[in-house]
Amino acid sequence: MDVLQLLVSGLANGCVYGLIALGFVLIYKATEAVNFAQGDFMMLGAFITLGLTNEQFWGLPFWVSVPIAILCMGAFGYLLDMLVLRRMFGQSQVAVVILTIALGFVLRFAAGVIWGHQPVSLESPIAGKDVRFGGLVLGLDEVTIIVVTVLLTVLLYFYFNRTKLGVAMQAASQNQLAAYYMGIPVKRIHSLIWALAGAVAAVAGILFASKGSIDPSIGLLGIKAFAAAVIGGFGSLPGALLGGIIVGLIEPFASYYIAAGYSQIMPYLLLFLILVFRPHGILAQVHRKKV
Amino acid sequence: MNALTDIAARPAAAPEKAVVLSVRNLESYYGPIMAIRGCSLEVREGQIVTVLGANGAGKTTLMKTISGVMDPEKGQIMYGGENIAGAAPDKVVRKGIVHVPEGREVFPLLTVEENLRMGAFVRNDADGVRKDEEMVFSYFPILAERRRQAAGTLSGGQQQMLAIGRGLMARPKLMLLDEPSLGLSPLLVKEIFQIIRRLNREQGVTMMLVEQNAKVALEVADYGYVMELGRIVMADDAKRLLQSKDIQEFYLGVQSEESQRGQKRWKQKKTWR
Repeated sequence: MDVLQLLVSGLANGCVYGLIALGFVLIYKATEAVNFAQGDFMMLGAFITLGLTNEQFWGLPFWVSVPIAILCMGAFGYLLDMLVLRRMFGQSQVAVVILTIALGFVLRFAAGVIWGHQPVSLESPIAGKDVRFGGLVLGLDEVTIIVVTVLLTVLLYFYFNRTKLGVAMQAASQNQLAAYYMGIPVKRIHSLIWALAGAVAAVAGILFASKGSIDPSIGLLGIKAFAAAVIGGFGSLPGALLGGIIVGLIEPFASYYIAAGYSQIMPYLLLFLILVFRPHGILAQVHRKKV
Repeated sequence: MNALTDIAARPAAAPEKAVVLSVRNLESYYGPIMAIRGCSLEVREGQIVTVLGANGAGKTTLMKTISGVMDPEKGQIMYGGENIAGAAPDKVVRKGIVHVPEGREVFPLLTVEENLRMGAFVRNDADGVRKDEEMVFSYFPILAERRRQAAGTLSGGQQQMLAIGRGLMARPKLMLLDEPSLGLSPLLVKEIFQIIRRLNREQGVTMMLVEQNAKVALEVADYGYVMELGRIVMADDAKRLLQSKDIQEFYLGVQSEESQRGQKRWKQKKTWR
């Protein structure tokens, strides 16, 4: 029974990592930049929901604040690309990376000023309840996280493979120049990708905040999610989720079986091993151009 | 006068047909380097017009400037009664000019069918798109066989066919073909050029063809320009260019006794004066 509960809580954590990693990979595939503020996007999404929902702030119903927060983060991503990153077009990728790191700090402190640096809890209807499957008792929050992640994955799969805009996003990330030649508005597509990454981060943030208290520094979780993205194969969307789940699963099992202090090393040890023995990650999308 | 082109006689050489595209005094830069130095040319409706020239002559830059991927510094690109110089690429595609780039540039992880659908990105008529897909498959049956295969797994020749097919999906009035023969076997080159000719005749697509393979290009084209160092240095009917001594010596590798090797007498001549 212990093992099963560890498994579910690891899966739930892994889903959150996976969703953040998905944001990393979405932006990397489309624009070849790495958004190191992705974890802070997640934090911001969580805090916007908290600000809208909790009694001490706006006190809106939870199910009203969730879509508003997702839309807000989508708009934030879109505008960030349109107003800031588009101007950096043609600059080196390092400049973009450093900009996103700085942005992460700004978001962290801005959130601290607005909502305080103390840990607070989101008044979520799924927090702190149990569901029973036969004799098995599982947290409603953890089950919800897994279900929502699966649904979101299916939704994104259909979006990227069945809709014209989704396929165009893939096309623009595979061959930007050819996308230009076909009349695909590549710049707008980049902004939409940032919007999508923002929205996915908001979902991850809401799910994460339903599991426990949050404070503005939870964005640092992004580092773990980044490791997850690399383990799964940077540049592969299923890989990002898989990497997230692997990291999520390693943590509870490591802390259960290995002495504290050593157990926190395990995800990074795995990252290290993957980079040495399978540098493109587990599900790498490598192709060579034919001449 | 020998085979040197008499520029003043040009309008008489290509009569009656309406001018689709007219490039006037175009100048384009690659960073600080002036890649096109005052280039002027015309493409007439229903024709295949070829632009010949060596590496670095500015042929590809010219095409990129027309399709809006690069912006010109000076000059005009008149198309459909307006100046499209500096317009965004998606606007140019919507107006009916599609660029089939050098080196195929397919979307490697998308299937053949998805690649074709992306060619029709600017269109909203689903029925027409489906019909045109069948039209493309009728010209390139091999693509129909491979429709569910990732484009990156196709051979070079098949990728070139896909790139042309993808361009056709935009229903272009004018197609810019950049080096379709690049890296293909002579047999495949022949096949591709036969299909280009058929598309021009049967689908009424006007073509502007950039080539290093001068012989093949001139055989299929109606009219030809020769570009050197960013300028048009020669313009004439394709048949006459094929006979021209200069072309034979410098582009077809035919040697004659009278010509002095290395002395390109017409090198700096501009046609727009």
